[in-house]
Amino acid sequence: MFLTYLLRELSNRRKQTVIIAAGMALAIALVMIVTGVAAGVKNAQSTVLESVYGVGTDVTITQAAEPGADGPGQQFAFGSGDGTTTDDGSTEVAQSTLSAARGTATFDSSALTTVEGVDGVSAATATLSLQASSFSGTVPDFSQGGAGGAGADGATGDGTDAGTQAAPPTGGADGAGGSAFDVDQFSVTGLDPATNAVGPLSSASLVDGRSFTAADAGTDVVVLDQTYATSADLAVGDTLAIGGTDFTVVGIVASTSSDAATSSDTYVPLDTAQALSGLTAQISDVYVTASSASGVDALKTDLQAALPDATVSTQSDLASSVSGSLSTASDLIGKLGTWLSVAVLAAAFLMAILFTVSGVSRRTREFGTLKAIGWSGSRITRQVAGESLVQGLLGGVVGVAVGLLGILVVNVVAPTLSAAATTQAAGPGAGGPGSAGGGGVGQQVAQATTDVALTVPVTASIVVLAVGLAVGGGLLAGAAGGWRASRLRPAEALRSVA
Amino acid sequence: MTDIHEATDPTALPTAAGETDPTTASGGTAPMYTLTAVTKTYQQKKRTVTALAGVDLVIPAGQMVAIQGPTGGGKSTLLQMLGALDRPTSGTVRLGDSELSAAGDHALAAARARDIGFVFQGFNLIPTLTAAENVETAFADGSTPRAERREKARAALASVGLAERADHLPSELSGGQQQRVAIARALVKEPSVLLADEPTGSLDEATRDEIMDLLEGVWRDRGLTVVIVTHDSAVARRAQRRLRIAGGELTELGPAA
Repeated sequence: MFLTYLLRELSNRRKQTVIIAAGMALAIALVMIVTGVAAGVKNAQSTVLESVYGVGTDVTITQAAEPGADGPGQQFAFGSGDGTTTDDGSTEVAQSTLSAARGTATFDSSALTTVEGVDGVSAATATLSLQASSFSGTVPDFSQGGAGGAGADGATGDGTDAGTQAAPPTGGADGAGGSAFDVDQFSVTGLDPATNAVGPLSSASLVDGRSFTAADAGTDVVVLDQTYATSADLAVGDTLAIGGTDFTVVGIVASTSSDAATSSDTYVPLDTAQALSGLTAQISDVYVTASSASGVDALKTDLQAALPDATVSTQSDLASSVSGSLSTASDLIGKLGTWLSVAVLAAAFLMAILFTVSGVSRRTREFGTLKAIGWSGSRITRQVAGESLVQGLLGGVVGVAVGLLGILVVNVVAPTLSAAATTQAAGPGAGGPGSAGGGGVGQQVAQATTDVALTVPVTASIVVLAVGLAVGGGLLAGAAGGWRASRLRPAEALRSVA
Repeated sequence: MTDIHEATDPTALPTAAGETDPTTASGGTAPMYTLTAVTKTYQQKKRTVTALAGVDLVIPAGQMVAIQGPTGGGKSTLLQMLGALDRPTSGTVRLGDSELSAAGDHALAAARARDIGFVFQGFNLIPTLTAAENVETAFADGSTPRAERREKARAALASVGLAERADHLPSELSGGQQQRVAIARALVKEPSVLLADEPTGSLDEATRDEIMDLLEGVWRDRGLTVVIVTHDSAVARRAQRRLRIAGGELTELGPAA
């Protein structure tokens, strides 16, 4: 009787059933898509973060740079005796530097020992982020000309001095007094060659050659990121000058994610990096794996207490450091998407409730009669709730189908989002004149920029969420309608329709 | 206040209040209904409307009673008291041994489901259910097995001459046929009381007579207590006993002519 009555009623009120189910379907599909895209964006953020921090890193420890700590920034200084004079009188100069990456503060490597002594730390390793810069070029022979300075194109002096005009300088790259300078920069990360389980290379796969071994400590060997190796036209066995020292390329690695590069252009043994850069016993980052995923927040607190001057960041903290269109998408989903879903869901639920309550009012005679012949209030409530539940489930089935279709469309289109993960905020004034890229108040240092194709995962939890919403919406509407029906007094109901 | 006791002698007239004990006025037949000083008032905005004004009434089991009266006189309110659809403002209503006026909602619903069959002027069938399914709704507690429910519903429809129409929707039936379905619905659970509120009010004369023949036959065959509220004197005359209610007060009109 229950099912027969229920199906006949829904069939008879087809228009209302379709409207309620369509409203629920729209809301559920929207929630599914928003939830799925949010999960996709989160996955993309994880991909970007893994490319920077490696797989298995729960916490990273850095230290904020002091304001103005970078001083004048990267500088190349040449004395009068530097360089080699060529036959045409011009001078060839070349210089390489290796220094802490701009905006990166270094701190004593004893911090690693401190970290390893904190409860809840499963593994930890330290790295030193450096920037290698090389300058090479040809300076024309100014002794033949006036005191004009070498302009950017070197064609003439700018005549700021009131010197005697004479013959133009000769030499230079084009033999007509011009100059040519090459400035090359790439990132260098010093890491413990004996540790691969945690750290920047834990998310990298070996493409060619070999990875580091403990025996590489103190040696001049380098592992290259595949993207950098390709752009610099380097292969295993080649030599790369870093800070004026030639390193042998022993391996080439790539990010395990096809969408991202690894966090650094080159990797060298930590002690070698420290010696070359003059940053003895200094590190810039500590990568920590927690013993338990649920204890990450507590571990962060303990680490912060052990290293009060350090910046301790969990993966969720780092997610906020991802910028670019991926970040915009995350904000859009997090704010607009969520509120839109809530609004549509609330509207759908409200519509279902109003239609159900209005339907009960229209059926006053029917319910009054059923009560008169002995139906209890609870049986009538069950009947009304059952009808609403089926309407909700119909909406749920359609909503899941539409939601899956929407997710399929997003996955087929696979919109590309660019992302830049940053690891450390430089203090006000960090980065001085001459520093690459210039400095600025609160400027952050980009560690990895990559394009990530957004893919929306379809998980059982999303489908369960959709079905749960459908059932919940149906029950809510049914409860409202049933409550209204159960409150009908049979005498009043029959009197009102008489 | 009017005191109406059961008239075992069809010619007996109403007696004055207090002259006869309403609980013994059945003259030996067990009373189906005993109403004592029943008053029902409603609040309409700031006005108090008295629908029943101290009604005393005894209806013995197996009697067919017609209640007449003007619109707004209290007929339907009295029927609601008898049908356990409402409680009096004061006074008592007893159905057999059950005190309806003090019963809770569940007990009243159970009494309606078990003891009372209703027939309405507008038939009040569920428009989306077939005739047989409408009759099945009378099994209100939902505990009767499906097969038994169906068998009894079809038997009830056959008893009112609608065996061939069991699978038709109400909209596919005439007014008389719909009222027959409503009567089958009222009878299928074998109640002890049948209450009919203007059962022929929506029917033409010929159909009215058919329905009254049916109700009279049911009353005679099953020994039911039947109470019919009607405007129609032709219908009232077929009852064993006639009452009139106006202004909330009940008077005995005597036996049917």
